[in-house]
Order: sequence, then C-alpha cells, then structure tokens
Amino acid sequence: MSSVSHSAEHATTTGIDHRKLLIWAFLGSDCLFFGSLIATYMIYRGKSIDCPLPHQIYDIPYTSISAFVLLMSSLTMVLALAAIQRGDHKGLRVWLVSTGMLGLVFLGGQFYEFTTFVHEGLTLSGNLFGSTFFVLTGFHGAHVTVGVMILFSLVLVSMRGGIPASDSLTVELAGLYWHFVDIVWIVLFALVYLVPSPVPNIECAQAAVAH
Amino acid sequence: MTAQHGHDEHAGHPQPAEYIKIAVVLTIITAIEVALFYIGEAKDGAGHRMIAEGLVTTAIMVLSALKFAIVVMWYMHLKFDHKLFSYFMVGGLALAGLVMLALLALLPILHLGSEL
Repeated sequence: MSSVSHSAEHATTTGIDHRKLLIWAFLGSDCLFFGSLIATYMIYRGKSIDCPLPHQIYDIPYTSISAFVLLMSSLTMVLALAAIQRGDHKGLRVWLVSTGMLGLVFLGGQFYEFTTFVHEGLTLSGNLFGSTFFVLTGFHGAHVTVGVMILFSLVLVSMRGGIPASDSLTVELAGLYWHFVDIVWIVLFALVYLVPSPVPNIECAQAAVAH
Repeated sequence: MTAQHGHDEHAGHPQPAEYIKIAVVLTIITAIEVALFYIGEAKDGAGHRMIAEGLVTTAIMVLSALKFAIVVMWYMHLKFDHKLFSYFMVGGLALAGLVMLALLALLPILHLGSEL
C-alpha cells in the first residue's frame, strides 16, 4: 500500500483516525461491562451464607505478584510502541513477545489460583462469593487471553513485514486494549483482594486455609 | 494520515526512560497498597483492628485511583492525545458509575440482602 493511498484511507473530518476512535469507544463501553460486574461483586460482598469466605482463601502475596506481572506487561507494551515509532522492528518483536509472555504468566497464575480455590471448596455455584468472584475475575482473564492472542498475532504480522514504522498506530491500538486490561486489574486487585470484606455471621465447618 | 503527521502525533509522547520511571512509581504504589492491607489486618491484644477499616479502605482506593490515572494518562497517552479520547474514557467511567449506583439502589427494592 502506497503512502498516498494509506493517507487517503485514513483522512477523516475530525482529523482523528477512525480506528483509534473506535478502540476508545469500545474501551468506554467496556467500562460499563466491568462496572456492572464490579457493582454486582460489591453488592453481594459479605452476603454469602455458605463457606468458604474471601479471608479464608485469598493468598495476597501470590496475587500481589500477579498484579506486579501485569503492571510490568504495560511497561513492555509501551516499550514496544516506542520501538516501532523509532523504526526498531526487532525491538518491537522483543517487547511484544515479552508482553505476551507476561500475559501468559498472569493467566497461568489465575488458572492456578482458580484451581486452588475450587479444591478449597469455592465454586461458581457454591455461594454468592464464588459466583461473583469467578464471573468478575474470569471475564477479566478472558480479556487478557484475547489480548495475548492480539499480541502474538502482531508479532507474526511484524515478522512478515506488515507493520511499517509509519503505521505504528496498529501497535498503539493493541497497546490501548492491553493497558485497559491492566487498569481493570488495578481496580479489581484493590476492590476484590485488598479492601477488607465484611465477614458474614456464619460458622464455617471446614478449617480456614491460612496463607 | 501522512508519516509526518504520524510523527507529529507522537512528538509529545514520553520516552522509554520516562516509561520506566512510571513503572517504578506504579510498583512502589502497589507495594504501599499491599502494606496497607497488612497494616489493616493487624490486631491488638483484645482482637480489635489497630487501624480503622474505613481508613485503610479509603487509602487503598485513593492509591488504586492514582495508579489508574497514571496508566491512563501516560501509558495510554490521554495526557497527550486528542481530548475526544478522554471524553470517551470519562464518559464510559461516568456511565459505569451510574450503573453501579442503579444496582446499589435496586438491591433493597429487590430484597436480595441476606436471603441469598
């Protein structure tokens, strides 16, 4: 595609690229999606009438490392963008792969956490806490999974020479989605894991699992 | 969009060194959040929390909002980009807040309290 046709393709009345406008519209709408799930989780906090409860099974040091991993993936993502903006295609691929790998580490951590919770008796249908927790964090994990697929797709496109330095917007759009996934986790980490949850007045038969 | 225009668009974006400094700040804030969690969990000899739960919750929420703003402003470039993108983000967040308020208002009407 020549630079002339490329220029004509993206000329807009606002002077803003349609693709970038579209991704921001999508991210704005996704705020509603997560807002609903977070509100549902917050409303039903401390309302479970069956165990296990959050304070019994959360492993804060473990989840903190997961949160750190996702934060660092945002750094590698912006470094990927900076690389393509200066025409460094090798740097772009290195940072995109790094971001994707960090995303996979986060997903692996989430899979391990979910598996551990299920073994400790927390299931999707077991109690209100389980239902709201798995739906909320599971949908976030689904977003991360999509993000990882986008990142590795970009690596393949880049290896075929499909991302010229003049079209760094493609990487920027993927980055916007990835950073959104990160900011959602920033909110979830605080609200779901760190903010003290009210403890319902129920007796738990099984021993609390101390971490 | 010409290559020159594209270059101008990124002229105000931070450099890699600044991105790394921002990551360090985000890491420090996260460490403070986790420390606050443990401070909030600490109890005295009588089993009472040493620091009010509301204080810990507020501090964690403020720090979380700060991290959110830093990522959106610098890593997502809203600080440097067209204002229209900020309107989309703020609009989405405002609508999400309204959805949360609506759900909170519906809860007592639907009597979904401790019965579930």
